[in-house]
This record gives sequence, structure tokens and C-alpha cells, in this order.
Amino acid sequence: MSRLIVNRRKFLVGSAALGSSLALSGCNQFDFLGQRGNPVRQALEQANVLTYQAQRALIGDQVLAREYAESEIRQGQRPNGSTDPTTAEYMFLREANFEPYRLTIKGMVDREVSFSLAELRNMPERTQITRHDCVEGWSCIAKWTGTALGPVLDQAGVKPGARYCVYHCYDNIQRSISGDILYYTSSDLVDAYHPQTILSYGLNDEVLPVSNGAPVRLRIERALGYKQPKYLHTIELVDDLTPFGRGKGGYWEDNGYDWYGGI
Amino acid sequence: MTEDDGLPPVKGPLVYRQSIWTRLTHWVWAICLFFLLLSGLQIFNAHPTLYIGKQSGFEFDNAVLSIGAVNTPDGPRGQTTVFGRTFDTTGVLGMSGPEANPSFVGFPGAVTIPSFRDLATGRVVHFFFGWIFVAALFIWFLASFINGHLRRDILPKGRDLAELPGDALDHARLRLNHGRSYSPLQKLSYFTVFFVLFPLIILTGLTMSPGMDAAWPWLLDIFGGRQTARTIHFIVMVLLVLFFVVHIIMVLLAGPLNELRSMITGWYRTSPGTPSEQGDKP
Repeated sequence: MSRLIVNRRKFLVGSAALGSSLALSGCNQFDFLGQRGNPVRQALEQANVLTYQAQRALIGDQVLAREYAESEIRQGQRPNGSTDPTTAEYMFLREANFEPYRLTIKGMVDREVSFSLAELRNMPERTQITRHDCVEGWSCIAKWTGTALGPVLDQAGVKPGARYCVYHCYDNIQRSISGDILYYTSSDLVDAYHPQTILSYGLNDEVLPVSNGAPVRLRIERALGYKQPKYLHTIELVDDLTPFGRGKGGYWEDNGYDWYGGI
Repeated sequence: MTEDDGLPPVKGPLVYRQSIWTRLTHWVWAICLFFLLLSGLQIFNAHPTLYIGKQSGFEFDNAVLSIGAVNTPDGPRGQTTVFGRTFDTTGVLGMSGPEANPSFVGFPGAVTIPSFRDLATGRVVHFFFGWIFVAALFIWFLASFINGHLRRDILPKGRDLAELPGDALDHARLRLNHGRSYSPLQKLSYFTVFFVLFPLIILTGLTMSPGMDAAWPWLLDIFGGRQTARTIHFIVMVLLVLFFVVHIIMVLLAGPLNELRSMITGWYRTSPGTPSEQGDKP
């Protein structure tokens, strides 16, 4: 029995030592999960596919994100990511007050079409006060005005095999010696045709400012901020996302963020 | 010591206390909660401020907790502000690591996965173990309902509540009785974990998903907005960490080998005087 007590004491001391050494050494042991091509990480990433499929099965395609009252707009929309693109093309457009701007719909469509800002403003208008949720964790409520993407896509005529919209943007989100990396992201056609998915050109009753994505920012209200591409110029309909960037369907997605972005 | 007297050892019977479902889900949760905690702190570090309400106040103040670093005349310091009161937390929160090369993060790299700033990986790890955690909870509820664990050990009955003060006193005096079923205090603790803390942390987690908010808008209403839900998620995490600490202390006090055996093999040595039943071992 006394032997057992010693053992118990040893066990106590031992487990305390083990516990504190685990805590002190931290979790460098799991740093390999940060390697984007690691097979264990890729296995864990499958949970995001499950989340996407579960949410698509659970949430009706037309179900709306919550819209808020005017009184809930208590601050400006917090700019994040690119706030001042420096590509020559964008700087030229901004100088020209976006007069020469055109939004192009191309790829797997019956006819490639493009629209000026004035033409987009003449299309049926939708205004929604929604909550913008950043992947970092913060939220901001603002009023977005624009025109629904679905009917715009219909004017181009989406071909039956198309599965995704790729959203190409003007902003150089990453600037390096080897050149600029331009922002892009993508969505399925459920998000593209969702009634709250708008090509927004107005924010809080003003013209959409540069820091928030002028002249046009897409809103996908049931997804996180990185699914709201700013400085949008081209929407490409495709059946495969691998040819773009590093093949994950977006700039942040190429950097390890989940593609669906609804969680 | 009784063995030295030459008398037979005074022991209660060895009882089969934990079913395979309880044991399996217990260890699955242990692993899940470890990864969920450390990846969760990684996610928190991406924006180490908690708010009350629907949105985050950048032009107004609805923050209840904020961790960050500030420049002072004596150099940078880590600071934590809770309900408007600011504390210097250099070395732990806001600023940590080697003095020559400190890192300015909310929680230190020692308690995050990965140890460096990597929100994307934190999310991958968190959501994977979130699914496993919820699946194990579902299996446990189903099995415990069928095999009676829920009724026998978890749901406190009138008698448990009546015996609660006495049991609390016994615990305070470290007189731990090892019975066939759980003691009133144990029942209440596990009931709180399974019926309050686990559901709360899952539902507040779902409230942070813009997709789920569209599907179940009542989530936003019951928690008072997405940012309040995020704050509750954090508070429940702290409560679960406290539960874990007490849980480990109790295992150590109650006899770690016996407790571990019961959670590995299912067999548990009861206190002397526990009446034997069919199926027990001596």
C-alpha cells in the first residue's frame, strides 16, 4: 500500500511535469499543419467540403441573410484588404471618374457582354442593410445599393455546363518584386443567383468609395468578407477553378482559406 | 497498511461503471477540446477584441475585452482591457516571447495552433475538430439515453439536489465516496457541461457563420447578435477550461489510477461498504 502511495505521488509529480512541459513547449508540434500541401492538413480540409455540402443541403437557395433597420447603421463601413489599388489600369479609371469602366461577363456564356457604370445604375436597383462579417471575427452593418447579379448573368446567357463564377478584380492585393498579384475569388451559381447578391455601386447612400471597392463591389451576403470582391471588372463563367491563380478559387483561398466562406 | 495487519483488504467491489460509448466519446472529446481550444485561440488572435451586440464598434465603444500592445516611453507593453479596466499583461497577453524578439499577439504562440499567426490553418483545424466533437456528442447522447447512463449518472433527481449540500461538504473535506453511480455534485457538473456548456458553445459557434444565420435567424435573436455570440463562445471556452482544471484535480484526488482504469477499461473500484451486485468483481 505504501508503495502504491509513492507511485501515486510519482504519478502526480510526473503528470504535472508532463502537463507543464506540454504547455511550455507550446504547440510547435502541430506547426506542420500550416504547410499548405501537407497531407494531414489536406485531410482536415475535407471538413470544409462537408460544411459546404451540409449548408447547401440545409439552407434554401433563396433564403435571405438578415437585413437590418436604418438605425443599426452606427458607423462607416470598415475598409479592409486592398483600400487603394495602384495598378495602372485602376489608377487611370479612377482619374477618369470611372467613365471608361466596363463590367464584363465572359467564359461559358452564350454571348460575352459588358456594361458601363451608367448602364448598371439604370438596371433595377436593390438596397439592403446587411452585416458584413470579416473572417478575422469582426462585423459591421452598412447599406449597400446595386443591381442583382442574376439578371445580369442571364443577359449573357449562362451555358448549362457552367458551375462557378470567377470574379476578377483590379486591385493588386499583394505587391512583390516578381510582380503584382491581383485579387480574385469565385462562387457557385447558388451564391451568384442569390437575390441579395448584388453588384453594388452605392454604400450608405453615397457613391461607393475607393476604399470600399469603387466602382463596383460584389455582395454575397451569406458569406464572409473575402467573398465580397472589391474593384470588380470581369465575371468569368467556368466549370473548373484550377486554371486560376494557384487553383483554389481565389486569392485568400490560394493562401489556405476555405473556398465556401459561409462559416 | 491494512495488509500489514494480516487482515483481508477493506475494499468495495470492482464495478463495471463506464460503457464503451462513454469511454470512447470521452477520449475523442479530450482530443477534440485540446485542438479546438488551441486553434480557437489562434482564430481569436486575428481580432483579439470581444464586443456586445450585432456589430463591432469601431466608431463607438461596445467592446468588453480587448488584448493588444501599446507603445510607452519605456518601450512596447502588452495590455488587456476588460470592461473598461486596463491591465498590463506583458509577457502573457498582447506581447510575449523572448525579450529581444517579442511577438505582438493576443494569446502567446505557446497556446495556439500553429504557434505562429495563421488564421487559415486555425480555421481548418477548428472546423475539422468541431465536426468530430459534435458527432461524438450526438453518439454519446444516443448511447447514454439507451444504456441508462443519462438517467443514472447525469440527470440530477430530487434526491440528488437534497443531498447536494452534504456532498459539497464531503468534497470540501476531501472525503470522496466512490459509489456505483455519480455523486450529486458530479451529476450537476456533468449535467451543466452536457446540457448547458456544450450546447451553448456549439450554437454560439454556429451563430458566427453567416450561412447559418440565414438558415436559422433565431440564433441571432437568442444570443443578441453575432458579436455577443462570439463573446459568449469565448466565455464558455473559459468555463470549459475551468471545468477541465477541476476535472483533472478531482481525478488526482480521487485516485488517478482507479479513475483512469475506469475510463479505459470501464472497471472502477468502489469505496468500502458499497453493496455488491451481480456482475461485480471482488
